Amino acid sequence: MSSKPSTIELVNKNLAKRYRAEARFKAYGIASIAFGLFCLVFLFTDIIGKGHTAFVQHYVQLEVEFDADALGINDVNNPDQLAAANYQGIVKKALRARFPDVRDRREKRVLYRLVSSGSGFDLRKMLEDDHSLLGQRLSVWLIADDDVDTYIKSLDDKAGAFTGRVKEKQQARLADLMAAGQIDARFNTVFFQNGDSREPEQAGIRGAIMGSLWTMMVTLLLSFPIGVAAAIYLEEYAPKNKWTDLIEVNINNLAAVPSIIFGLLGVAIFIGMFGMQRSLPLVGGLVLTLMTLPTIIISSRAAIKAVPPSIREAALGIGASKMQMILHHVLPLAMPGMLTGAIIGLAQALGETAPLLMIGMVAFIVDIPGGVADPATVLPVQIFLWSDSPERAFVERTSAAIMVLLGFLIVMNTLAVLLRNRLERRW
Amino acid sequence: MDTSTLFAFIVLIMAAAFMLGRGRSITLAAPVGGVPKLNSLPSYYGMLTLLWCGIPSLVVLLLWLIFDGLIIESLLIQSLPEHIRNLDGIDLGLKINTIQNIAAAGLTDGAEPYMHDAIARLHSLEATSSLALAGVAIMASVIFGAWGWKQIQPSLKARNQVEHVFKILLLGCSCIAIFTTLGIVLSVLFESIRFFQKVPIVEFLFGLSWSPQMAIHADQVGSSGAFGAVPLFAGTFLISLIAMAVAVPAGLMSAIYLSEYASKRVRTFVKPALEILAGIPTVVYGFFAALTIAPMLREGGSVIGLSVSSESALAAGLVMGVMIIPFISSLSDDVINAVPQSLRDGSLGLGATKSETIRQVVIPAALPGIVSGILLAVSRAVGETMIVVMAAGLAANLTANPLETVTTVTVQIVTLLVGDQEFDSPKTLAAFALGLMLFVITLAFNFIALHVVKKYREQYD
Repeated sequence: MSSKPSTIELVNKNLAKRYRAEARFKAYGIASIAFGLFCLVFLFTDIIGKGHTAFVQHYVQLEVEFDADALGINDVNNPDQLAAANYQGIVKKALRARFPDVRDRREKRVLYRLVSSGSGFDLRKMLEDDHSLLGQRLSVWLIADDDVDTYIKSLDDKAGAFTGRVKEKQQARLADLMAAGQIDARFNTVFFQNGDSREPEQAGIRGAIMGSLWTMMVTLLLSFPIGVAAAIYLEEYAPKNKWTDLIEVNINNLAAVPSIIFGLLGVAIFIGMFGMQRSLPLVGGLVLTLMTLPTIIISSRAAIKAVPPSIREAALGIGASKMQMILHHVLPLAMPGMLTGAIIGLAQALGETAPLLMIGMVAFIVDIPGGVADPATVLPVQIFLWSDSPERAFVERTSAAIMVLLGFLIVMNTLAVLLRNRLERRW
Repeated sequence: MDTSTLFAFIVLIMAAAFMLGRGRSITLAAPVGGVPKLNSLPSYYGMLTLLWCGIPSLVVLLLWLIFDGLIIESLLIQSLPEHIRNLDGIDLGLKINTIQNIAAAGLTDGAEPYMHDAIARLHSLEATSSLALAGVAIMASVIFGAWGWKQIQPSLKARNQVEHVFKILLLGCSCIAIFTTLGIVLSVLFESIRFFQKVPIVEFLFGLSWSPQMAIHADQVGSSGAFGAVPLFAGTFLISLIAMAVAVPAGLMSAIYLSEYASKRVRTFVKPALEILAGIPTVVYGFFAALTIAPMLREGGSVIGLSVSSESALAAGLVMGVMIIPFISSLSDDVINAVPQSLRDGSLGLGATKSETIRQVVIPAALPGIVSGILLAVSRAVGETMIVVMAAGLAANLTANPLETVTTVTVQIVTLLVGDQEFDSPKTLAAFALGLMLFVITLAFNFIALHVVKKYREQYD
C-alpha cells in the first residue's frame, strides 16, 4: 500500500463531513425562514391577543329618572336648555339610588366611577331625540368606565383579575350588579362611531378613519394622474438626453428617500412657505402624493413597457396620431398594471406615519373631519397617539385600531393581486 | 364666491367652450364639404377651445390663491395705526394673527379698539379679493375662450396643437420628481444654513453632547443648548447594526433556501408570507417593539441578572431587523435567480455538494447584487422613524451597549419638530440640519449601492 492516499480515498474520507456541512447549511436556511414566519405569526397573535377584547364593551344598567328639576329644564323645546342640562347629575342620582348604603363623600366619588363620565352625553342624545322622556323613569344601559371594563374583562384571566384602580368595595358592587344581571357585554359600537377622546371608553377610530379617507382621496386624485402622465412621457415621448436621465435618476432616488424627509419638505414648503394650516388632510395628502409618486411612476412605466410594440405599430400604421395611439390603445392595455401599482402605492401611504407627524396631524381632534380642509388625524397616527397613553384600556384599543388598519391593508393588497391576476394580459 | 364654487363654474365654462368649439368647426365645415374637409376631428377643435378657455383662468386662479394672503396682509398692515405698525416682526405677526383669528371666528369681544377697524378692513379686503378673483378668472376664461373660438378654421391644425399642449403637460408631470428633489434639497439646505449660522458646523458634526433645550430664562438649569450630533449618529449606527445583524443572515439564508432548495409549492406559499412582513406599517412594528419585545427583554435580562433599559437599543434594533428581512430576501432572491444555471451545473458536475456550489460559485457571482441590496437595506434602517420613535429613547447617550437607551437622528427630528411652532429657534432649525445629514447619508448609500452593481456585476447573457 502506498503511503499517499488515492483521490477516491480522500473524497470518501471527507464525504461524511461534507454531507454534514450540507445538512447544516440547509438547516440554516430552514431556520431563517422559520424565524421570519415565526415573527409574522408572533406579531399577529400578539396584536390580536391584545386587541380582540376591545370589540366588546361592558354596559351597566341603571334606573335613571329624567327629573326636570334635577336636570334644570323647564322648557323641553328649548335646545339651549337641553344642551346645558345637568345629565351627569341624574346619572349620579341613579347610582346613589342603586347603592343607597354609600354615604361617605369620598366613597360616593368612587361609586360615580362605575359608569363612563361621558354617559351624560348619551342621556342628552336620548332626550333630544325623544322629548317625552322628560319626567319619566326608565332603565338605561350606560357605558361602563374603562377601569371597570378592564376589570370585568380580566376576571377570567388565569393570572388573576387586573384590579387596577378598582378597589374592593367597588368590586363588591360590580359583583352585586353582575348577580342582578345589570352588567352586559355588547359589541363596541362606540369604537367605530366616535372620534378621539381622553376617556378610553368614549374613544373611537371614526375620526381617524375619515381622516385617512380624506387624505387618501387627495393622494389618489393627485398621484395617480400625475404618475401615469409622467410614466407616459418617460416611456413614449422622452428623447434620450441628459434631461431625461436626470428625471429618471431623480425618480429612483426619491423612491429611496426616507419618508421623514418628505415630512420636512411638507413643513418647510407647504406650511412654512405657502402658509397652509397644520393638521389638514389636504397637506397630508400633498406630502403623501410626493412620497408615493415614484412608486406609481415606476410601476406604471413597467405596465406601459409590457404592452408589445406591435400594438403601437398597428395603431400608427392605420393613421392614428401618437396621442391617439397612447390614449386609445396603450393606456387601456396598461391600465390593470397601473391600477395595481397605484393600489400598492396607496397601501404604503395609508400605513405611513412619520411625515404626517411633522405636519401636525398629531393634534388631539375629537370632531370627525367632514372634508379635506378640516383638521384631522389618520389611523396610523391615532395608533401612535394611543400607544403613548398609560391606560390599559387604550392598549387594547390601540391593538384593535392596528387590526382595523391591517384589515384595510390586506383588503387593498388582495385587491391588487386579484386585479393583476384577473385583468393583466400576458402577451 | 368661494374657491370651489368658482372652480366648478370655470369647469362649466370649459365644458361649454368644448361644445361651442366643436359646433363651430362642424358649422364651418358644412359649406366646404363636411367634416372630412376639416384638418382635425371636430372634438379636437372643441378641445382646443377648452384649453384656450381653461388654462389662462386656472393659472390666474392658482397665482391668486398663492399670493392673495400676502397681499391682503400687507394691505392690512398699512391700515393699522402707527404705533402697531412700528412693532417689530414677531409682535406685529402676533397682532396680525390675533386679528385674523378673531375675524375668522366671527367674535368681537376681547379685541382691542383698533382691531375692530382692522377686522372690518380685513373682511372688506377678503370680500373684494374673492369678488375680484371671480371676475378676473371668469373674464379671462371668456375672453381667451372667445378668441380661441374665433380662430377656428377648417385649415387650423387643431390636433397638432392639442397634442403639443398635452405633451407639455406630460413633461410637466414628469418634472415634478425634479421639483420634489429640488424642494427637499433647498428647504433642508436653507434652514440648515440658518442653523449653522447660530451653531458652528464643526460643533454640530463633532460635538459629543446633545441637549437641544434652549434657555427660557437666562439662569435656567441645563439650558446650555448643546448641539453635538455625534451621540445621535452613534445611536443610529448602533440600532442599524443590530437590525442588520438580524436581517442580513436571516434574509440572505431565506433567499438562498427559497431559490436553491425549496420546491415550487413551498416557494409559492412562503415567499408571499415573508413579504407580508414588508407590508406591515412601521407604526405597528413600533407598537410591537415598545409593548411586547422591550418588556420581554427587560424581564429576560433581569432573570439572568442584566439590567436592560426599558427603551433599549436592542428592542428597536431587533424589530427593525425583522422588518428588513423581506427587503433583503427579495432583493437577494432576484440576484441569485439571475445567476445562470450553467455555473451551478458546472460546479455540481465537478462533484461539489449543493451547499459548496452555493457558497463558492453562486454567492460570489451574485455578490455585487447582494452587497447593493444590503446597502439599500442599511439606508432604510438609518431612515426608519416610527420604530425608533416608539421603542428607542430620547436620551442622547454615547454608548455601544445595546442594552442601554440611545437615540437616533430620526427620533430627534420628530421630537424637535412635533408641536413646535417657532420657526426661528435653533431647536427647530436643528431638525432640518439633522434632516440634511440624513438625506446626504441615505443618498450616499443608494449611490454606492447603484455604483457597486454597475461596476462589479458580471454580465452572463
